[in-house]
Amino acid sequence: MTLPEPFRLLAYLAGVMAFVGVNAAYLVWVERKGAARFQRRPGPTEVGPAGLLQPLADAAKLLSKQLLVPPDADRTLFRVAPVLVMAPALMCLATIPFGKTLGARSLDLGLVMVFAFGSINVMAIMLGGWASRNKYAIISAARIVSQNVAYEIPMMLVVITLIMVTGTTNLQEIVEDQAGGFWKWNVFNLAANPLMPVTFVIFFICMLAETNRAPFDMAEAESELVAGAFTEYAGMGFGVFFMAEYANILVGCSLGAILFLGGWQSPFGILSGVGWFLLKLYALVFTVVWVRWTFPRTQFYGLLNLSWKILIPVSLGTLVLTCIMLKIF
Amino acid sequence: MKRVILEIVGGFKSLLTGMRITLQQFFKKDVTVRYPHESLKMTKRYRGHVVLLRDPETGKSLCVACKSCEKACPSDCIVVEGIKREGEKKKSVTEFELDFTRCSLCGSCVEVCPSDALGFSKDYNLASTTKAEFVKIDLVRRMEGEIAADAAHAQPQPAIPPENPPGGTSGSAAGGTPAATGIQTGSEKPAGQEGKA
Repeated sequence: MTLPEPFRLLAYLAGVMAFVGVNAAYLVWVERKGAARFQRRPGPTEVGPAGLLQPLADAAKLLSKQLLVPPDADRTLFRVAPVLVMAPALMCLATIPFGKTLGARSLDLGLVMVFAFGSINVMAIMLGGWASRNKYAIISAARIVSQNVAYEIPMMLVVITLIMVTGTTNLQEIVEDQAGGFWKWNVFNLAANPLMPVTFVIFFICMLAETNRAPFDMAEAESELVAGAFTEYAGMGFGVFFMAEYANILVGCSLGAILFLGGWQSPFGILSGVGWFLLKLYALVFTVVWVRWTFPRTQFYGLLNLSWKILIPVSLGTLVLTCIMLKIF
Repeated sequence: MKRVILEIVGGFKSLLTGMRITLQQFFKKDVTVRYPHESLKMTKRYRGHVVLLRDPETGKSLCVACKSCEKACPSDCIVVEGIKREGEKKKSVTEFELDFTRCSLCGSCVEVCPSDALGFSKDYNLASTTKAEFVKIDLVRRMEGEIAADAAHAQPQPAIPPENPPGGTSGSAAGGTPAATGIQTGSEKPAGQEGKA
């Protein structure tokens, strides 16, 4: 079914915004419940059945708070930063194919676009930290920039490896290439590169680092930097940053599912559809939560060492290996 | 080169081991006591505020109002009065007030008691917004509440469970009937409200 153009646009706009909104709110719940289960606590239980209304209560609280701008802050940048964090995540979802016929736009440069907008996220958090005129926020901004520079490189090397295998940057085509069962998924595409699972792990680690998730949440290291770049934000300003974190996780995990796990393709080759995509997406999201509540935060030099000394050489190695394999076979 | 690769592989393995352990915890039962809804039963030797113990046979207080506790109390926070009832050998207690704002829970009164009529309660939900709640904890009234609760308990299964006795005694508070389970459900009134008429 295809709607006529302006309505289709509006439908996808509303759909993507609703998807991000509901997910950002309920991933907070998932995170809290998950954290609680990993620590053998019940988690939120009081608001609604199993605490399911907790996100609404939180939102009501945040929305009713006064919007404060610190007197020394750069007012414009300070207000723009939360929007700039949220907007790229929404933009990225426009290229994500949820199903065979479900996707806002099938761009030829979809993958490139996701990464282009993904870097705006970093800049926006940096702007927020800079505009706050707060020492913790500025330290956090500096950290996030160096962290993202370090992790963008292995991420890109991994993506280049993948583009060489698939030969396209259109996300829909990448998914269609992986049709026919889980052994056709890129993560098991050992003919193109025997180290493909390693590539996937590198992608996942870089995704965690780029979305500032524990154990790489150096930007928001509570024990050192109060709340990092978000220190001066009150009420919904903070709320939007918080939602954007989950929106970015959503984008990162969607990308992981599409590039490596066959997107909406079924693992058995039949009954492909949106359900499989969501299943893979949430399995990855669960792993993100799982990782967060398993590993303690790394130290900053540990984080950079991991990137420059391990991830970059290994991903370069897989890139070269893929070149050789593609040339020979 | 070989050492580096081994280190990476070994490190990654240890990460997976960590994740396996947390996932095992994920599927285990949680250990939280949902506090306002349920609370832990205190251990046998928990020393809460002083309570009057009862004779397990007659159900009446063992106290003979000798006032030894009153004298032994270093904080001077106990007031005991008793009368000699007709046909009874010993005096019986009519008034036993504990000023819990001054009590240091030293246990001298329990130790000195010649008739073993004093013990420690198991109440730990002692909280109030006013000091007055704890200035005079009336232990005789508290004990009467326990007697009433026991009487209600002894009746053959009333259709509607009896309400909490006016003293607001919690089920496990005094040494009478220890609950079988470690965790008891149902809200408990802070014991501090007892003394207030």
